[in-house]
Amino acid sequence: MAHLSPTPALEPGQDRTMILNMGPQHPSTHGVLRVILEIDGENVVRLMPDVGFLHTGIEKTCEAKFYQQVVPLTDRIDYLCPMTNNLCYVLAVEKLLGLEIPPRAQWLRVLLNELTRINSHLVWLGTHAMDIGALTVFLYCFREREEILRLFEAISGQRMMTSYFRIGGVALEPPLDFFDRVRQFADGFDAKVDEYENLLTSNPIWGMRTKGVARITAEDAVALGASGPTLRGSGVDIDLRRDMPYTGYENFKFKVPVRTEGDVYARYLCRVEELRESNSIVKQALDGMPEGPIKADAPKIVLPDREKMKTQMEALIHHFKIITEGFAVPAGEVYQAVESPRGEMGYYVVSDGGPKPYRVHMRSACLANMQTLPKMCEGRLLADVVAAIGSIDIVLGEIDR
Amino acid sequence: MTLAPPITAVEQVKSHPAIARLLAWNPAVIEAVKFDRDEMSVVVERSAIREACALLRDDADCPFNYLSDLTCVDWYPAEPRFEVIYHLLSIPNKERVRLKVRLSGDSPAVESVTSVWPGANYFEREVFDLFGIRFSGHPYLRRIQMPENWEGHPLRKDYPVEGYR
Repeated sequence: MAHLSPTPALEPGQDRTMILNMGPQHPSTHGVLRVILEIDGENVVRLMPDVGFLHTGIEKTCEAKFYQQVVPLTDRIDYLCPMTNNLCYVLAVEKLLGLEIPPRAQWLRVLLNELTRINSHLVWLGTHAMDIGALTVFLYCFREREEILRLFEAISGQRMMTSYFRIGGVALEPPLDFFDRVRQFADGFDAKVDEYENLLTSNPIWGMRTKGVARITAEDAVALGASGPTLRGSGVDIDLRRDMPYTGYENFKFKVPVRTEGDVYARYLCRVEELRESNSIVKQALDGMPEGPIKADAPKIVLPDREKMKTQMEALIHHFKIITEGFAVPAGEVYQAVESPRGEMGYYVVSDGGPKPYRVHMRSACLANMQTLPKMCEGRLLADVVAAIGSIDIVLGEIDR
Repeated sequence: MTLAPPITAVEQVKSHPAIARLLAWNPAVIEAVKFDRDEMSVVVERSAIREACALLRDDADCPFNYLSDLTCVDWYPAEPRFEVIYHLLSIPNKERVRLKVRLSGDSPAVESVTSVWPGANYFEREVFDLFGIRFSGHPYLRRIQMPENWEGHPLRKDYPVEGYR
């Protein structure tokens, strides 16, 4: 939120151009993004994104909380993929502690993480298509998203702010019919993706609005720090799930869709293909779900079961200690990166040996992706700006934190 | 729960591609190294950071061509007070390294790496905004998250959680 008055960096250069202010209340900016445009007729001469309207100081708040109290804060950063945020943070703290996580908890994490990816991509697809003018897709996407939100509610009690992952495992054993419901969803989902593709992929209007629009080369995308489908749409083959596996992703087989065109259509195809791959990972996770504990055996860090608290003095003491004093984490620092639906999400956690994190920094994929926007839009039409913003899939909560 | 003790001797970690490259260039720029929890950290001499980044980016064997993250840690009241942290990723080799620069609390400044990676722009603006560190050579060093007329730098440790007002 740098400049509320007309910005000094962007003033009319010649007589022909004018400054146009887009957002922060514009419906196609997906929240509170302000874009300052210098336009010549309908051509964009220069573009400057202005962020920070949603800054809530989460990084500062984290420094005043116990390690386990930070988990619910991480949901609020990127509210379209809460589980991915939870996962990234708990993995970072587990790495600091040197904790081993039991296989069942790891597989549950993978399963939920991929459902979250599907959820996030569905919101992206629906709103992106609506921005460009294909209204129907939105209704179809939100129909399936609703089912995923019901699954989240069943497992965690919340539809969006799930906070289901814990340092050392997951919060609860899933309800009895949970896996059957996920199976039912996953079996029907590939046909649903076909439905979306029927509406868009070979639709000539969709093609005209997206093919060759908002191009970015691989060199530029890497130099500007882009990641996720924005980078893979330009032909850079990297996916942290495959290349630097975490939480047991090395046990799963999946393809990483890469396109070389670097335009809005390429990024669209990458994400739609990812929907199918994520669904395949969900099925693999259901097939191979191991039995066993869902929490690590570390009584000083993981809260005891309710039942044990009522019968064992030790468990009651541990519970009391963790809640009132937190647990000490050995001094050190860790950078943990995961592949979020938007790209490389990283948590940099520094411990000074106390029960509260000394510093928590979130590497936001959207903030870096946002820097590609001027490259994509300058020299193109004003209407393409809307397509470009949709194609990099921004979540302002994550950009501003 | 077993954590291996960190390795801090340059001799033991010189096989790491980033360390090897920096040693071959100029051993004097490495102030300290630490290999802890499978992560490599190198403290680089303040004046050499931009050149070190450019060197690592253009390395032929293991190019650290991607700047994952740039942030800062405030160690108030210790001196040197600030550590600016650079997380580099090699996309072809799937290798990471963390570079650090230590800055004193008295008007902290460091050279910008935007000429090496244009993508450092927003990250450096954020560190400037929230920590008050100046990046010389940055094209547009202004506040990014806080309002323009904000007083103080909120992520500094001497800034109260509730703010000044």
